[in-house]
Amino acid sequence: MTDMRVSIAGVKFKNPILVASGTFGFGHEYGKFYDLSELGGICVKGTTLHKRDGNPAPRIAETPSGILNSVGLQNPGVDAFCAEEMPFLKRFDTKIVANISGNTLEEYSELAEKVAAAGVDMIEVNISCPNVKAGGLAFGTSCTSAAAATEAVKNHAGSVPVMVKLSPNVTDITEIARAVEAAGADALSLINTLLGMRIDLKTRRPILKNNTGGLSGPAVLPVAVRMVWQVANAVKLPLLGMGGVASGADAAELMFAGASAVAVGTALFNDPYAPIRVRDELAEYCENAGVARVSELTGGVKPW
Amino acid sequence: MDVYKCTLLSNDKITETSCDMRVLAPEMADAKPGQFVHVKCEGFTLRRPISICDVDGEVLRLVVDRRGKGTEWLTEQRVGATLDILGPLGRGFGTHGRVLVVGGGIGCPPLLYAAKASDSADAILGFRNSAAMMLLGDFRDACDTVQLATDDGSAGFRGRVDELLRRRLSEEKYDRVLSCGPTPMLRACKRVCEELGVPLEVSLEERMGCGVGACLVCAVKLRGADGEYVGHVCKDGPVFKAEEVCFDD
Repeated sequence: MTDMRVSIAGVKFKNPILVASGTFGFGHEYGKFYDLSELGGICVKGTTLHKRDGNPAPRIAETPSGILNSVGLQNPGVDAFCAEEMPFLKRFDTKIVANISGNTLEEYSELAEKVAAAGVDMIEVNISCPNVKAGGLAFGTSCTSAAAATEAVKNHAGSVPVMVKLSPNVTDITEIARAVEAAGADALSLINTLLGMRIDLKTRRPILKNNTGGLSGPAVLPVAVRMVWQVANAVKLPLLGMGGVASGADAAELMFAGASAVAVGTALFNDPYAPIRVRDELAEYCENAGVARVSELTGGVKPW
Repeated sequence: MDVYKCTLLSNDKITETSCDMRVLAPEMADAKPGQFVHVKCEGFTLRRPISICDVDGEVLRLVVDRRGKGTEWLTEQRVGATLDILGPLGRGFGTHGRVLVVGGGIGCPPLLYAAKASDSADAILGFRNSAAMMLLGDFRDACDTVQLATDDGSAGFRGRVDELLRRRLSEEKYDRVLSCGPTPMLRACKRVCEELGVPLEVSLEERMGCGVGACLVCAVKLRGADGEYVGHVCKDGPVFKAEEVCFDD
């Protein structure tokens, strides 16, 4: 039996399969299909200081091997998350990763303080949401602001490890990764969605009411593998890899590229059991390959 | 509610673009009128939401309209094929008392099950033209009366269903009106029902992701006691009380 336990910045996950923020809500829905304690961890829906209604519908469009979404961080606000969602999530034997998104550095600080006090296991700093005007991606595309957001969260997170979620919508993701590392991040997660657009030929209207949205799903897997590999070579921080993972083989690729753990997202919409299946397929791959500890896969690629 | 592997028992073309499909789904025998299923289509990232047209014992009936590549794949499936179906999902219609169902085009199928489940039902069904008509025999069996409208007058009344609805509600008493169809039609029905003081439930459609309320893409603007808020068609609906829905008008 392969040892499936992994750890990121001191947080011990029972297996390396998490679910990606924004695809799993706060766990209630998929908790009807399986015990959430089966998961390595849950990156919960991104939360903001105040409640957000999100963007107008349509918020989704299908693409070849993927989807575009433009939800726009609809969420009940951090206080509701802490008061109403955390008590439910804490009932499960899994790690809870809060995902926070601020409009200003002060908001990032306040969010970090609140979710840390609520007892989350880790904070994922969203500086890469492509669907909101202020904050979000605005912080993630420059080294200076990415570092500033990281520092703001670090200074208010107490002992809770801070993981920064990187955007692929940049010229050189390794520059941002280095800046965030220097600012004190404990881990990185990547990739967020790639900015995209689709147009209805009949109406000449973009399918998304927001015009543009974030691309996810199998189409982005190779981009994620490449970026995880580049970032792994650029920094010493542990990485949570994500982007189009739909099978154990996909997860293994991201781990070989340098990820310590992997998040499943869009695959859930096709198969609610995707994270469990990915975990089991990864374990089976390890068994067959004679891998004693799944953590041995991390960074195991042999580049030409 | 779960993911089930269901055998396709029949697949009959009923209009130029739509198929009447029956699947063996004993696990979904308790599905309620107005609920839907989310069907996996080979090679596509997203499932396709299909309203439940009828439940007969262990057999689930779905009418699928070919809208794009995904539903094209679905309608091409042969008898004996196994379909991967997530469901039953969402909140359905209230069916107590005497109901009037008002359907438009591909919005008609879920109203058949609602009509059957009600104490007594009448139907007003609208279509583009006579070639687009569907399920008339089924509605005639399930309802006391069926009135037809077509845009071009090629069958039944020439005009819109809300005109027939207005006449009907002025002459007869109903406990509720249930409606499913294009948004302009639902908006017109809402106006008529509000004027004449009859409760209306509408089944909405929106581009959908997960189907279970996790991804938040199928947003709909609703009005509650505390003002406007954003709900989701897959979890809070697809059936809503008409007074709760903020149609853009």
